[in-house]
Amino acid sequence: MANDVLSPGENRARRDFLNWFLGTAAGAFAASVLYPVSRYLVPPKVEESTAHTVTLSIKPQELKPNSGQIFRFGSQPAILVKTPAGELKAFSAVCTHLACIVQYRSDISHIWCACHNGHFDLNGKNIEGPPPKPLEEYAVNAKGDQIVVSKRS
Amino acid sequence: MERARERLWRWLDERIGLEDLARLAKKKEVPVHRHTVWYYFGGMTLFLFAIQVVTGILLLLYYRPSANEAFESIQFLMTEVEFGWLVRSIHAWSANLMVFSMFIHLFSTLLLRAYRAPREITWLSGSGLLGLTLAFGFTGYLLPWNELAFFATRVGTEIPGVLPLVGPFLRRLLRGGDDVTGATLTRFYGIHVAVLPALTTVVLAVHLFMVQKHGMSSPPGVEREGPKRSMPFFPNFLLRDLVGWLSALAVLAALAAYFPAELGKKADPFQPAPAGIKPEWYFMAMFQTLKLLPGHILGIEGELLGVLGFGVVGLLLIALPFLDTRAGERPSRFPAVFGITLLVYMVVLTFLGYTMSPTK
Ligand code: FES
Repeated sequence: MANDVLSPGENRARRDFLNWFLGTAAGAFAASVLYPVSRYLVPPKVEESTAHTVTLSIKPQELKPNSGQIFRFGSQPAILVKTPAGELKAFSAVCTHLACIVQYRSDISHIWCACHNGHFDLNGKNIEGPPPKPLEEYAVNAKGDQIVVSKRS
Repeated sequence: MERARERLWRWLDERIGLEDLARLAKKKEVPVHRHTVWYYFGGMTLFLFAIQVVTGILLLLYYRPSANEAFESIQFLMTEVEFGWLVRSIHAWSANLMVFSMFIHLFSTLLLRAYRAPREITWLSGSGLLGLTLAFGFTGYLLPWNELAFFATRVGTEIPGVLPLVGPFLRRLLRGGDDVTGATLTRFYGIHVAVLPALTTVVLAVHLFMVQKHGMSSPPGVEREGPKRSMPFFPNFLLRDLVGWLSALAVLAALAAYFPAELGKKADPFQPAPAGIKPEWYFMAMFQTLKLLPGHILGIEGELLGVLGFGVVGLLLIALPFLDTRAGERPSRFPAVFGITLLVYMVVLTFLGYTMSPTK
């Protein structure tokens, strides 16, 4: 038998080699399973909508002063506000706190987030409640019958 | 008849060792003392969990996990399918009662210091089950794909998102994309009906095995008082358990019949969050904390501080058996202080959450 002719030292070396070999193989196997699975779990990047400008289907005169309306800005919600003074403003409608969607409240003439009672003024500035940053403001152009909203660069 | 039963018993006994199991069941004793009532809530949680498994499987038969169909499939279930409203309502109410009895079980074992050596693993697996239960609640909440669910998930998945560095990655991983969409729904569905049940089975098995192995823990105060009284688990304690379970079932049926689960409005990612939006009651304390924290505290964003705070409390809770190792005469005050503070904090903030005006 092979064992009979090997000295104890040689036997040891053989055991070590086998342990090393099995360990490496097991490790390689685990890695080759875990890596694809963990990559699989991360969703692929979808092309971000690169909307820089959108033309709204709302006519400027349809919007009453002191009101607001949500519209799509690419894949994100945005809000168009007509101030009590009749000025048009647009902001991202995603609250800077924990990403709820804000609304215009005509009773207090503020933009307001229902989720944790965050308040923003008509310049998008966070004035009360937990939101840490102002809302991103967009440029609004009313041309005749159309409203064009664009990202400020 | 008698003979046939005997033969069946013998046949099974030879194969799976019924005698041993019977001996084990006879050996199990439940200590009797002034805190014995708290022993019922572990079993109660388990019973409600069993109801969740059964009703959950029933719901699976009609539910469709996609943004276009989820809401409609539940509408169909609630209005067309016979007793559909009942099955769904029981699933929803039993979830609530289960979380409630789990909290009682948690705080009673904490305050009776049942986590002490050698029961650390029981405590750890219990903490794991707590996390899994909350994850069940959170992922299940989205599945009807209604307005409340949509915003609760937006906020909920945004919470780990505020962590520095890993936050945005975690958020994407949870949502299955950058926003809460149909991809999030499918992901939560998979987690809710496959991943969490599988994990729960394993952790629950460990938890129950540890409880069998170490038996019921008596609180140190009772232990010091001298000779213990006890009652056999089988059948005395189990019969009492059954009374509790039947009562729970009655309460469930009444709640489901009088207050059937609502469906609300279908989620619309281009509608503002509705006024008065609230999470499930068991997340209310966290929700209210995030609401009260100002935008910035000492230059750090308030919600980040809040999230880190939740993390610290969770870690302290898990680590309790390793923090409270002083045995014998002068036990550490920390667990009691920690447990009671946590309990009071949760009760007070939950109360505020339901009473404070949401619109000021
Ligand atoms: S998400 Fe708007 S205030 Fe919290």
